Amino acid sequence: MAKRSAPEVNAGSMADIAFLLLIFFLVTTTIETDKGLNSKLPPIEEEPQDPPPVKQKNIFLVLINGGNQLFVEDDKMELVDLREEAIAFLDNGGGQGKETCEYCQGANDPESSDNPVKAIISLQNDRETDYGMYIAVRNELTAAYNFLRNREAERLFGTSFSKMEEDFNSPDYDGNKAQLEENIKVIREMFPMKLSEAEPKKRN
Amino acid sequence: MSKFKKKKSGDLPAISTASLPDIVFMLLFFFMVATVMRDTTLMIENELPYADQVEKLQKKDLIMYIYAGKPSERYQGQFGTESRVQLNDKFANISDIQQFILEERESKREELQDKLTTALKIDEETNMGMVSDIKYELRRAEAYRVNYTTKTGEASQNLK
Repeated sequence: MAKRSAPEVNAGSMADIAFLLLIFFLVTTTIETDKGLNSKLPPIEEEPQDPPPVKQKNIFLVLINGGNQLFVEDDKMELVDLREEAIAFLDNGGGQGKETCEYCQGANDPESSDNPVKAIISLQNDRETDYGMYIAVRNELTAAYNFLRNREAERLFGTSFSKMEEDFNSPDYDGNKAQLEENIKVIREMFPMKLSEAEPKKRN
Repeated sequence: MSKFKKKKSGDLPAISTASLPDIVFMLLFFFMVATVMRDTTLMIENELPYADQVEKLQKKDLIMYIYAGKPSERYQGQFGTESRVQLNDKFANISDIQQFILEERESKREELQDKLTTALKIDEETNMGMVSDIKYELRRAEAYRVNYTTKTGEASQNLK
Protein backbone atom coordinates (compact mmCIF):
# COMPACT_ATOMS: atom_id res chain seq x y z
CA MET A 1 0.00 0.00 0.00
CA ALA A 2 1.38 3.32 -0.92
CA LYS A 3 1.54 5.78 1.91
CA ARG A 4 -1.07 8.46 1.38
CA SER A 5 0.25 11.84 2.31
CA ALA A 6 -2.12 14.18 4.08
CA PRO A 7 -3.28 16.96 1.79
CA GLU A 8 -1.75 20.30 2.64
CA VAL A 9 -4.11 22.83 4.20
CA ASN A 10 -4.30 25.98 2.17
CA ALA A 11 -3.09 28.82 4.35
CA GLY A 12 -3.87 31.50 1.82
CA SER A 13 -6.88 32.79 3.71
CA MET A 14 -5.00 33.02 6.99
CA ALA A 15 -4.19 36.64 6.30
CA ASP A 16 -7.86 37.43 5.72
CA ILE A 17 -8.87 35.90 9.02
CA ALA A 18 -6.11 37.72 10.83
CA PHE A 19 -7.12 41.01 9.21
CA LEU A 20 -10.69 40.47 10.31
CA LEU A 21 -9.61 40.02 13.92
CA LEU A 22 -7.20 42.91 13.66
CA ILE A 23 -9.89 45.26 12.43
CA PHE A 24 -12.21 44.15 15.21
CA PHE A 25 -9.63 44.98 17.87
CA LEU A 26 -8.69 48.22 16.17
CA VAL A 27 -12.28 49.35 16.31
CA THR A 28 -12.96 48.31 19.89
CA THR A 29 -9.74 49.68 21.32
CA THR A 30 -10.11 52.81 23.41
CA ILE A 31 -6.93 54.12 24.85
CA GLU A 32 -8.21 54.86 28.31
CA THR A 33 -7.58 58.30 29.74
CA ASP A 34 -7.03 57.46 33.33
CA LYS A 35 -5.14 60.50 34.39
CA GLY A 36 -6.35 63.28 36.55
CA LEU A 37 -6.04 65.45 39.59
CA ASN A 38 -5.98 63.53 42.83
CA SER A 39 -7.59 64.90 45.91
CA LYS A 40 -8.79 63.80 49.29
CA LEU A 41 -12.19 64.71 50.64
CA PRO A 42 -12.58 65.71 54.27
CA PRO A 43 -14.66 63.48 56.53
CA ILE A 44 -18.07 64.74 57.54
CA GLU A 45 -18.03 66.08 61.04
CA GLU A 46 -20.77 64.71 63.23
CA GLU A 47 -21.18 67.82 65.30
CA PRO A 48 -19.70 71.03 64.00
CA GLN A 49 -16.96 72.10 66.34
CA ASP A 50 -15.29 75.45 66.42
CA PRO A 51 -12.62 75.49 63.77
CA PRO A 52 -9.15 76.20 65.07
CA PRO A 53 -8.40 79.90 64.84
CA VAL A 54 -6.63 80.78 61.62
CA LYS A 55 -5.23 84.21 61.00
CA GLN A 56 -6.90 85.99 58.14
CA LYS A 57 -3.58 86.61 56.43
CA ASN A 58 -2.90 82.88 56.27
CA ILE A 59 -5.96 82.31 54.12
CA PHE A 60 -5.88 82.74 50.37
CA LEU A 61 -9.45 83.10 49.23
CA VAL A 62 -10.22 81.92 45.71
CA LEU A 63 -13.78 82.34 44.52
CA ILE A 64 -15.37 81.33 41.24
CA ASN A 65 -18.79 82.85 40.75
CA GLY A 66 -21.70 81.56 38.71
CA GLY A 67 -20.53 83.43 35.62
CA ASN A 68 -17.19 81.57 35.74
CA GLN A 69 -15.34 84.69 36.88
CA LEU A 70 -12.38 84.28 39.16
CA PHE A 71 -11.93 86.40 42.28
CA VAL A 72 -8.87 86.23 44.50
CA GLU A 73 -9.14 88.00 47.86
CA ASP A 74 -12.16 89.85 46.43
CA ASP A 75 -10.28 91.18 43.40
CA LYS A 76 -11.05 89.97 39.92
CA MET A 77 -8.21 88.01 38.37
CA GLU A 78 -7.45 86.20 35.13
CA LEU A 79 -6.69 82.51 35.25
CA VAL A 80 -3.20 82.94 33.85
CA ASP A 81 -2.15 85.07 36.83
CA LEU A 82 -3.49 82.70 39.46
CA ARG A 83 -0.53 80.34 39.56
CA GLU A 84 2.00 83.09 40.19
CA GLU A 85 -0.21 84.70 42.81
CA ALA A 86 -0.65 81.39 44.65
CA ILE A 87 3.09 80.73 44.59
CA ALA A 88 3.77 84.19 45.98
CA PHE A 89 1.27 83.59 48.76
CA LEU A 90 2.56 80.13 49.76
CA ASP A 91 6.21 81.02 49.49
CA ASN A 92 5.90 84.36 51.27
CA GLY A 93 7.32 83.31 54.64
CA GLY A 94 6.42 86.46 56.56
CA GLY A 95 6.48 84.71 59.95
CA GLN A 96 8.64 85.86 62.83
CA GLY A 97 10.16 83.88 65.71
CA LYS A 98 9.24 80.23 65.69
CA GLU A 99 7.05 80.71 62.66
CA THR A 100 9.98 81.68 60.49
CA CYS A 101 10.20 79.77 57.25
CA GLU A 102 13.82 78.98 56.48
CA TYR A 103 13.41 77.71 52.97
CA CYS A 104 10.99 80.29 51.63
CA GLN A 105 12.20 82.61 48.90
CA GLY A 106 9.22 84.92 48.84
CA ALA A 107 8.80 88.60 49.62
CA ASN A 108 8.48 88.23 53.43
CA ASP A 109 5.44 90.45 53.29
CA PRO A 110 3.99 90.67 56.81
CA GLU A 111 0.52 91.07 55.30
CA SER A 112 0.66 87.68 53.56
CA SER A 113 1.13 84.12 54.86
CA ASP A 114 3.46 83.32 57.76
CA ASN A 115 4.62 79.91 56.72
CA PRO A 116 3.63 77.42 54.00
CA VAL A 117 2.73 74.98 56.77
CA LYS A 118 0.11 77.43 58.01
CA ALA A 119 -1.08 78.72 54.67
CA ILE A 120 -4.50 77.59 53.57
CA ILE A 121 -6.03 78.07 50.17
CA SER A 122 -9.77 78.31 50.39
CA LEU A 123 -11.56 77.44 47.19
CA GLN A 124 -15.17 78.49 46.92
CA ASN A 125 -17.55 78.13 44.06
CA ASP A 126 -21.13 78.73 43.17
CA ARG A 127 -23.60 76.01 42.27
CA GLU A 128 -23.75 77.51 38.79
CA THR A 129 -20.01 77.34 38.16
CA ASP A 130 -18.93 75.12 35.28
CA TYR A 131 -16.94 72.03 36.16
CA GLY A 132 -14.39 72.87 33.45
CA MET A 133 -13.61 76.20 35.08
CA TYR A 134 -13.33 74.58 38.49
CA ILE A 135 -10.84 72.04 37.18
CA ALA A 136 -8.83 74.79 35.50
CA VAL A 137 -8.54 76.67 38.80
CA ARG A 138 -7.75 73.52 40.72
CA ASN A 139 -5.11 72.71 38.15
CA GLU A 140 -3.43 76.10 38.62
CA LEU A 141 -3.42 75.71 42.40
CA THR A 142 -1.97 72.21 42.14
CA ALA A 143 0.62 73.63 39.76
CA ALA A 144 1.64 76.18 42.41
CA TYR A 145 2.21 73.45 44.98
CA ASN A 146 4.03 71.28 42.47
CA PHE A 147 6.30 74.15 41.49
CA LEU A 148 7.34 74.79 45.09
CA ARG A 149 7.71 71.11 45.92
CA ASN A 150 9.84 70.56 42.83
CA ARG A 151 12.03 73.50 43.77
CA GLU A 152 12.68 72.17 47.26
CA ALA A 153 13.21 68.61 46.06
CA GLU A 154 15.70 69.93 43.54
CA ARG A 155 17.53 71.81 46.30
CA LEU A 156 17.56 69.03 48.91
CA PHE A 157 17.74 65.85 46.89
CA GLY A 158 18.81 66.99 43.43
CA THR A 159 15.74 65.64 41.68
CA SER A 160 12.25 66.91 41.06
CA PHE A 161 9.32 65.97 43.26
CA SER A 162 7.27 64.63 40.38
CA LYS A 163 10.19 62.39 39.42
CA MET A 164 10.40 61.13 42.98
CA GLU A 165 6.70 60.28 43.04
CA GLU A 166 6.91 58.63 39.67
CA ASP A 167 9.84 56.49 40.84
CA PHE A 168 7.98 55.59 43.99
CA ASN A 169 4.99 54.32 42.04
CA SER A 170 7.03 52.53 39.44
CA PRO A 171 7.66 48.83 40.06
CA ASP A 172 10.89 49.01 38.07
CA TYR A 173 12.61 51.44 40.39
CA ASP A 174 15.67 49.74 41.83
CA GLY A 175 16.81 52.41 44.29
CA ASN A 176 16.01 52.56 47.96
CA LYS A 177 12.24 52.87 48.23
CA ALA A 178 12.10 53.44 51.98
CA GLN A 179 14.51 56.33 51.65
CA LEU A 180 12.51 57.71 48.76
CA GLU A 181 9.31 57.55 50.76
CA GLU A 182 11.02 59.39 53.58
CA ASN A 183 12.19 62.10 51.18
CA ILE A 184 8.73 62.50 49.69
CA LYS A 185 7.34 62.90 53.19
CA VAL A 186 9.88 65.61 53.98
CA ILE A 187 8.84 67.63 50.94
CA ARG A 188 5.15 67.06 51.63
CA GLU A 189 5.61 68.43 55.12
CA MET A 190 7.40 71.51 53.84
CA PHE A 191 4.52 72.36 51.53
CA PRO A 192 1.44 70.53 52.77
CA MET A 193 -1.43 70.82 50.34
CA LYS A 194 -4.08 72.60 52.34
CA LEU A 195 -6.90 73.17 49.94
CA SER A 196 -10.10 73.78 51.76
CA GLU A 197 -13.40 73.67 49.94
CA ALA A 198 -16.53 75.19 51.28
CA GLU A 199 -19.94 73.91 50.32
CA PRO A 200 -21.05 75.94 47.32
CA LYS A 201 -23.39 78.76 48.00
CA LYS A 202 -26.96 78.63 46.82
CA ARG A 203 -27.90 81.22 44.27
CA ASN A 204 -29.67 84.17 45.83
CA MET B 1 25.93 38.17 -27.47
CA SER B 2 22.81 36.16 -27.07
CA LYS B 3 24.21 34.90 -23.82
CA PHE B 4 24.00 38.31 -22.24
CA LYS B 5 20.59 39.16 -23.61
CA LYS B 6 19.10 36.07 -22.10
CA LYS B 7 19.98 37.15 -18.63
CA LYS B 8 18.28 40.52 -18.93
CA SER B 9 14.99 39.09 -19.98
CA GLY B 10 12.42 37.84 -17.48
CA ASP B 11 9.59 39.46 -15.51
CA LEU B 12 9.88 40.77 -12.03
CA PRO B 13 9.58 37.87 -9.65
CA ALA B 14 6.32 37.96 -7.66
CA ILE B 15 6.77 39.23 -4.13
CA SER B 16 6.09 36.46 -1.73
CA THR B 17 3.17 37.23 0.53
CA ALA B 18 3.75 34.22 2.69
CA SER B 19 4.93 36.34 5.62
CA LEU B 20 1.93 38.66 5.45
CA PRO B 21 -0.09 36.62 7.96
CA ASP B 22 2.83 36.79 10.37
CA ILE B 23 2.98 40.55 10.16
CA VAL B 24 -0.75 40.88 10.58
CA PHE B 25 -0.73 38.50 13.52
CA MET B 26 1.98 40.56 15.14
CA LEU B 27 -0.19 43.67 14.87
CA LEU B 28 -3.17 41.68 16.04
CA PHE B 29 -1.41 40.52 19.19
CA PHE B 30 -0.29 44.05 19.93
CA PHE B 31 -3.84 45.35 19.82
CA MET B 32 -5.20 42.39 21.74
CA VAL B 33 -2.77 43.05 24.54
CA ALA B 34 -3.21 46.81 24.51
CA THR B 35 -6.99 46.73 24.37
CA VAL B 36 -9.02 47.54 27.42
CA MET B 37 -12.58 46.61 26.78
CA ARG B 38 -15.01 49.34 27.70
CA ASP B 39 -17.11 47.86 30.44
CA THR B 40 -19.71 50.56 30.48
CA THR B 41 -21.67 52.08 27.66
CA LEU B 42 -21.84 55.79 28.10
CA MET B 43 -25.32 57.21 27.97
CA ILE B 44 -24.14 60.73 28.62
CA GLU B 45 -21.96 63.26 26.90
CA ASN B 46 -18.58 62.98 28.51
CA GLU B 47 -16.24 65.67 27.30
CA LEU B 48 -13.62 65.75 30.04
CA PRO B 49 -11.92 69.04 30.94
CA TYR B 50 -8.21 69.63 30.42
CA ALA B 51 -5.49 69.82 33.08
CA ASP B 52 -1.73 69.52 32.94
CA GLN B 53 -0.79 68.72 36.54
CA VAL B 54 -2.13 65.22 36.19
CA GLU B 55 -1.12 62.09 37.99
CA LYS B 56 -1.57 58.63 36.59
CA LEU B 57 -4.06 56.37 38.23
CA GLN B 58 -2.49 53.15 39.39
CA LYS B 59 -4.13 49.74 39.49
CA LYS B 60 -7.25 49.68 37.38
CA ASP B 61 -9.10 47.22 39.59
CA LEU B 62 -9.06 49.57 42.55
CA ILE B 63 -10.99 52.31 40.80
CA MET B 64 -14.67 53.02 40.92
CA TYR B 65 -16.04 55.14 38.13
CA ILE B 66 -18.76 57.71 38.45
CA TYR B 67 -19.89 59.44 35.28
CA ALA B 68 -21.92 62.60 35.02
CA GLY B 69 -23.07 64.83 32.24
CA LYS B 70 -25.95 65.64 29.95
CA PRO B 71 -27.77 62.62 28.52
CA SER B 72 -26.61 61.97 24.98
CA GLU B 73 -28.90 62.86 22.13
CA ARG B 74 -30.70 59.55 21.82
CA TYR B 75 -31.65 59.58 25.49
CA GLN B 76 -32.63 63.23 25.67
CA GLY B 77 -36.25 62.55 24.73
CA GLN B 78 -36.56 60.21 27.66
CA PHE B 79 -34.39 61.86 30.26
CA GLY B 80 -34.28 65.52 29.27
CA THR B 81 -31.17 67.66 28.97
CA GLU B 82 -30.49 68.17 32.66
CA SER B 83 -27.16 66.68 33.82
CA ARG B 84 -27.39 63.20 35.28
CA VAL B 85 -25.22 60.69 37.05
CA GLN B 86 -24.40 57.37 35.47
CA LEU B 87 -23.28 54.39 37.50
CA ASN B 88 -22.32 51.25 35.61
CA ASP B 89 -24.72 50.99 32.71
CA LYS B 90 -27.67 53.02 33.85
CA PHE B 91 -28.73 56.43 34.98
CA ALA B 92 -28.87 56.88 38.71
CA ASN B 93 -29.93 59.37 41.29
CA ILE B 94 -27.43 61.13 43.47
CA SER B 95 -28.79 59.20 46.43
CA ASP B 96 -27.83 55.89 44.79
CA ILE B 97 -24.14 56.69 44.99
CA GLN B 98 -23.75 55.60 48.58
CA GLN B 99 -25.23 52.19 47.84
CA PHE B 100 -23.06 51.88 44.74
CA ILE B 101 -19.88 52.60 46.69
CA LEU B 102 -20.81 50.07 49.36
CA GLU B 103 -21.46 47.41 46.74
CA GLU B 104 -18.19 48.11 44.96
CA ARG B 105 -16.32 48.00 48.22
CA GLU B 106 -17.97 44.74 49.17
CA SER B 107 -16.80 43.12 45.93
CA LYS B 108 -13.12 43.78 46.64
CA ARG B 109 -10.76 41.87 48.88
CA GLU B 110 -10.73 43.11 52.43
CA GLU B 111 -7.15 44.35 52.54
CA LEU B 112 -7.74 46.44 49.43
CA GLN B 113 -10.97 48.01 50.54
CA ASP B 114 -9.43 51.16 51.96
CA LYS B 115 -7.25 51.66 48.88
CA LEU B 116 -10.17 52.24 46.54
CA THR B 117 -10.19 55.45 44.55
CA THR B 118 -13.21 57.03 42.97
CA ALA B 119 -12.61 58.42 39.52
CA LEU B 120 -15.00 61.22 38.66
CA LYS B 121 -15.52 61.42 34.93
CA ILE B 122 -17.59 64.52 34.66
CA ASP B 123 -18.47 66.50 31.58
CA GLU B 124 -16.93 69.94 31.57
CA GLU B 125 -20.26 71.71 31.19
CA THR B 126 -21.76 70.21 34.31
CA ASN B 127 -22.65 72.61 37.10
CA MET B 128 -20.59 72.49 40.25
CA GLY B 129 -23.80 72.08 42.23
CA MET B 130 -24.11 68.54 40.96
CA VAL B 131 -20.41 67.84 41.51
CA SER B 132 -20.69 69.05 45.10
CA ASP B 133 -23.66 66.79 45.69
CA ILE B 134 -21.68 63.84 44.37
CA LYS B 135 -18.75 64.74 46.59
CA TYR B 136 -21.03 65.02 49.60
CA GLU B 137 -22.41 61.55 48.92
CA LEU B 138 -18.88 60.20 48.63
CA ARG B 139 -17.99 61.71 51.96
CA ARG B 140 -21.07 60.10 53.48
CA ALA B 141 -19.97 56.76 52.04
CA GLU B 142 -16.49 57.39 53.46
CA ALA B 143 -14.88 57.17 50.04
CA TYR B 144 -12.44 59.99 50.52
CA ARG B 145 -9.92 59.34 47.78
CA VAL B 146 -11.08 60.91 44.57
CA ASN B 147 -9.53 61.58 41.21
CA TYR B 148 -10.95 64.18 38.88
CA THR B 149 -10.24 62.46 35.60
CA THR B 150 -9.14 64.90 32.92
CA LYS B 151 -7.57 65.04 29.53
CA THR B 152 -3.99 66.18 29.36
CA GLY B 153 -3.61 69.67 27.98
CA GLU B 154 -3.53 73.34 28.82
CA ALA B 155 -6.14 74.16 31.43
CA SER B 156 -6.99 77.39 29.64
CA GLN B 157 -8.74 75.31 26.97
CA ASN B 158 -11.56 74.84 29.46
CA LEU B 159 -12.60 78.46 29.18
CA LYS B 160 -14.60 78.90 26.06
